[in-house]
Amino acid sequence: MWLCSPLIHSYSSTSLSSRHRPNRHNPPPSPPPHPLTPPPRSSFSVKVACLIDLSSNLEVHCIERKTSFFFIHCDGSLTSGLNLRNSRSARLSTNAVATKQDNVTASTASKPGVTNVDETPPSKPIGNILEALREGLEEEMERDPRVCVMGEDVGHYGGSYKVTKGLATKYGDLRVLDTPIAENSFTGMAIGAAMTGLRPIVEGMNMGFLLLAFNQISNNCGMLHYTSGGQFKIPIVIRGPGGVGRQLGAEHSQRLESYFQSIPGIQMVACSTPYNAKGLMKAAIRSDNPVILFEHVLLYNLKERIPDEEYVLNLEEAEMVRPGEHVTILTYSRMRYHVMQAAKTLVNKGYDPEVIDIRSLKPFDLYTIGNSVKKTHRVVIVEECMRTGGIGASLTASINENFHDYLDAPIVCLSSQDVPTPYAGTLEEWTVVQPAQIVAAVEQLCR
Amino acid sequence: MACSATTRIIHNPLAISSSRSAEKSDFSCKILSPSSFWGSASLGKKLLSVNKAISPISRRSATVVAVSDVVKEKKLKSSSSVSNLLITKEEGLVLYEDMVLGRAFEDMCAQMYYRGKMFGFVHLYNGQEAVSTGFIKLLKKEDCVVSTYRDHVHALSKGVPARQVMSELFGKTTGCCRGQGGSMHMFSKEHNVLGGFAFIGEGIPVATGAAFTSKYKREVLKEDCDEVTLAFFGDGTCNNGQFFECLNMAALWKLPIVFVVENNLWAIGMSHLRATSDPEIWKKGPAFGMPGVHVDGMDVLKVREVAIEAVGRARRGEGPTLVECETYRFRGHSLADPDELRDPAEKAHYATRDPITALKKYILENKLASEAELKAIEKKIDEVVEDSVEFADKSPVPARSQLLENVFADPRGFGIGPDGKYRCEDPKFTEGTAQV
Repeated sequence: MWLCSPLIHSYSSTSLSSRHRPNRHNPPPSPPPHPLTPPPRSSFSVKVACLIDLSSNLEVHCIERKTSFFFIHCDGSLTSGLNLRNSRSARLSTNAVATKQDNVTASTASKPGVTNVDETPPSKPIGNILEALREGLEEEMERDPRVCVMGEDVGHYGGSYKVTKGLATKYGDLRVLDTPIAENSFTGMAIGAAMTGLRPIVEGMNMGFLLLAFNQISNNCGMLHYTSGGQFKIPIVIRGPGGVGRQLGAEHSQRLESYFQSIPGIQMVACSTPYNAKGLMKAAIRSDNPVILFEHVLLYNLKERIPDEEYVLNLEEAEMVRPGEHVTILTYSRMRYHVMQAAKTLVNKGYDPEVIDIRSLKPFDLYTIGNSVKKTHRVVIVEECMRTGGIGASLTASINENFHDYLDAPIVCLSSQDVPTPYAGTLEEWTVVQPAQIVAAVEQLCR
Repeated sequence: MACSATTRIIHNPLAISSSRSAEKSDFSCKILSPSSFWGSASLGKKLLSVNKAISPISRRSATVVAVSDVVKEKKLKSSSSVSNLLITKEEGLVLYEDMVLGRAFEDMCAQMYYRGKMFGFVHLYNGQEAVSTGFIKLLKKEDCVVSTYRDHVHALSKGVPARQVMSELFGKTTGCCRGQGGSMHMFSKEHNVLGGFAFIGEGIPVATGAAFTSKYKREVLKEDCDEVTLAFFGDGTCNNGQFFECLNMAALWKLPIVFVVENNLWAIGMSHLRATSDPEIWKKGPAFGMPGVHVDGMDVLKVREVAIEAVGRARRGEGPTLVECETYRFRGHSLADPDELRDPAEKAHYATRDPITALKKYILENKLASEAELKAIEKKIDEVVEDSVEFADKSPVPARSQLLENVFADPRGFGIGPDGKYRCEDPKFTEGTAQV
């Protein structure tokens, strides 16, 4: 099964402290210009095709032409003369590709903090999310000797998904610590180490295993800074793959973001592309707050160009994937790709969806989301969480509370069924939101 | 005092990993001769012959040797000379003062609670002072202490001023945790008190982490670090998974930590004998490859002897130790506990083994200090405790503006609001009235 996913990203390679917000000393313009207003066509030319082949572990091949801005774009259009694996390109169905002018956009000039690279094509490596995470991790370990990794099989085995491959040989067994199978205790140990000066990264072999560490995550990770009156900070990162995989069974297919979201004192982010994986990993490690970084089992082989320059993303910001006018689709993690596939179909049917990858699951970036709602007046949330008490449920409540006046219709929330993920492939497919459902929902909403 | 026949630590001959099977079996049966080790040997023998739960008194009676008996015994043998004593005068006075502070403070807490100055769950440490004093007075300021909800005295022994602890209990902003922690969450960055945890067993991994940092600093960061961590917890915790998981990890990586079990025989209303298949907790140490020691926790000098050895081991990098201190709490589990289940005879029995009385007797009989000096210390402590109450009374309650502070170390974690600004920049946030 092929997923053609046009991805349009705009990334500001800002440090944690800078962001493109209205100056707080001046009254903000209302509403502020869309960060992705298309520039004149001649000033940039970037086209990338990203193909996701689910039948082979989501290998994505991206082609990118040079750009005069520090952006990575993916859209469906193919241009010749670029690196393409021939076998893949031949299978690309061109009529599903968006070729309309107003789709390929990314504006950069007005963004502060963006590095402009020059016109010559940079030979940027193509990496997948695994490699992006590893790069981010390695750069931070190099930068700060107090950064260490703890988890099951992270050392000699290189990580169950190979995210920490090679790090133990480079940094030693103590910095990349292979723990016994005791999630609650080694998470607590990481918290104790964080309180006394280290910056540990805890890997849950599968996010679901962190249910065993719930005591430590909720009581100590989240609350300790407060109950100690601010004396101890917990600069810990808890990361691991979660989400519904390929027939992994119910217990290995859990989405813990909904369980953790109520814990006060933690931040949650979900990465979805190699670019944001690396940026968020680095931001999470540098943050003094406890951060839970959610990765997805099926996205590890997703390939994309990763910039050479060092960059750190903002933990609290959402990402505008595709600007549009008719409807706002909010999503995160793997569902982003289902949404983008649905977006292709929608575009061909004449709709113009605006797709936002919320990235920050706790707290929500209400600015980006709010601006979008104010523009489109219709919201669809597409998530992989269960319907009950999921991220979508919180987001629905949040949008209703803050932007009720701007909504023309009730918010539509597409979530997974409240069902333990079955093993059978067909059943598993039906528990998760599929692109066809997204298309149907948008059509219904925009009627 | 059991000074000449000092407590011996059961050393694990398998400190270096090697084949264990043959050695393990006879190791676990090794019991020291009764005279050298108060508590464990005869205790072990007695327990092995009994199947049913006995009331703690009869179980313990074989092992109880009051300090006074030992002192008499010693006096018969030889005239006590200063060189035979376990402590110097200064040390003795320090220990005495610390235990009296703990007792007086806890008694004052009870008074204040019943007067309505503090609320919630307050767990008092009366009777167990020997453990806290015996261990913590050996530590440096950089060493860490992790405790449970019965943590007031651990904080005081470590050096947190009584004023700060009392303020915290009153919920005032001058408390060590700004009033945000309460009785069960005493933290002090300055004195390296890492809490104060409400759920039992929760603090043990944190202590293991602090010990890990110490090892990391030494081996990765190449700093000159020999900091030791002490984890205090009770007999009920010794049936909890986190205890066993941490014993394993600490022994595996030879972390500089001492696990101190304050076995007061009761977990609220659950007798240790009813909850545990093998009540001898010290035995669980060798099962994981670390020495397990049993000591009379009502005798501060014995505890101190064991502590010197255990902390020394950790500091030298030889790894963790499990120390089971047999002790008793004179009051109920908390101030809300009617304490009906415990046998009054048992309580009376342990009251005769009050650690403060014992130390006082030791000091006086060995002429380390005079009665007047001890009285002066008691008076001084009374003043300290009174002053702390006064200070706490006069301190302000936390203002509304404190509500949203300290939730995140980096307050940007509250996110970006609809207006594009970070929530923490909203003036209502600093006032504490914002809805986050």
